[in-house]
Amino acid sequence: MDGIHDLGGMEGFGEIPVENNEPVFHSEWEGQAFALNLVAIGVMQQYNPDEYRHALERMRPTDYLNASYYERVLTGVASLLIEKGVISESELTSRVTGRYPLSKPNAIAEDEPKVTQDSAKFCIGERVRVRNIHTPGHTRMPAYVRGRRGTIIHVAPYFSFPDNAAHGNAFRKEPTYHVIFSHAELWNDDKANNDTVVVDLWESYLEEVL
Amino acid sequence: MQTKASPEQRTTALKQTLEEKKLLPEGTLEQLVHAYEEDNHWRNGSKVVARAWTDPSFRRRLLRDGTAACAELGFEGIQGEYIVALECLPKIHHAVVCTQCSCTPWPVMGLPPNWYKSSEYRARVVRNSRQVLRELGLDLECDVNIQVWDTTAETRYIVLPLQPIETLDWDEEALIKIVSREAMFGIAQVNP
Repeated sequence: MDGIHDLGGMEGFGEIPVENNEPVFHSEWEGQAFALNLVAIGVMQQYNPDEYRHALERMRPTDYLNASYYERVLTGVASLLIEKGVISESELTSRVTGRYPLSKPNAIAEDEPKVTQDSAKFCIGERVRVRNIHTPGHTRMPAYVRGRRGTIIHVAPYFSFPDNAAHGNAFRKEPTYHVIFSHAELWNDDKANNDTVVVDLWESYLEEVL
Repeated sequence: MQTKASPEQRTTALKQTLEEKKLLPEGTLEQLVHAYEEDNHWRNGSKVVARAWTDPSFRRRLLRDGTAACAELGFEGIQGEYIVALECLPKIHHAVVCTQCSCTPWPVMGLPPNWYKSSEYRARVVRNSRQVLRELGLDLECDVNIQVWDTTAETRYIVLPLQPIETLDWDEEALIKIVSREAMFGIAQVNP
């Protein structure tokens, strides 16, 4: 989905906040929220990391931008445990004063087939184009490379295809590739810029440049 | 719309609900918090960099197979399944971002700091890297090429910064102390 989380290249953001000697967690609840997610994934095995990532992406855009990082983590865990039937929403809301933000429902049904393709077909040095596809569910193809051409510089191992895994589809591993893009291919606002961006992309996101 | 309940209250509500259902054994959260405050810490990455600077054979192994080299020092586990070290050169600088969320190699970099997870950094660095780095205090010469690495899939990156010339005769322990987390993300250089 073209969600609020897919921030690469979005304009209007200002100064980057840097805190010196930043602690891992700023308060007790942050560590607890982080650990609750690990427990739900690893111990309770209620969902996988891709479902978790997508739960954050399903937050209302205004909630997403207004939430701190660990608030998002908390919203993801709470939403998924409710969706999986482990807890009920009222069990949470009855214990708090105020709104308990949750993620919006999944836009696509479980097991809806995804557009995938087979075999490690690309090699280092090859020119590729990122496919012009719009996935309604979870995807890790950032919008800013959609339709853009780049060059493969590294073939990484096979990894679980997240567009499937986030929606209960068959577990499927695919090669991932480090693809380098020139600045001019991605953005046309600064032609003199010769810096580059490398994006790590699953095979199903790519097509040959003919 | 109603005001949000505080995150403390919301976290406690979730924790208590799970405890009542006997789904959260006592001490589990504390153990995990400890593991990420102490064990999976970015100082591990400083040790990797300092070793690479002092041991040419380790440096070669790190650049060939980052996962195995980090494991040699005992740094492996969740979010460290495929680690790639990015070697800065005099004319090539690397910076790492996760535009869609917050991925980092936990065993060597720990959990990421807020600036790395901020909307500002994620939105801007893939588009205006030179300006972003300059704002953060890293003013690179114009002939240095900046490569920004977006952690969109499962590769986890650690930047191997340039070693300051004045530290070439330093021992590993002294070097560990000067390798900052920011240098291993590529938004700073190492200063002795």
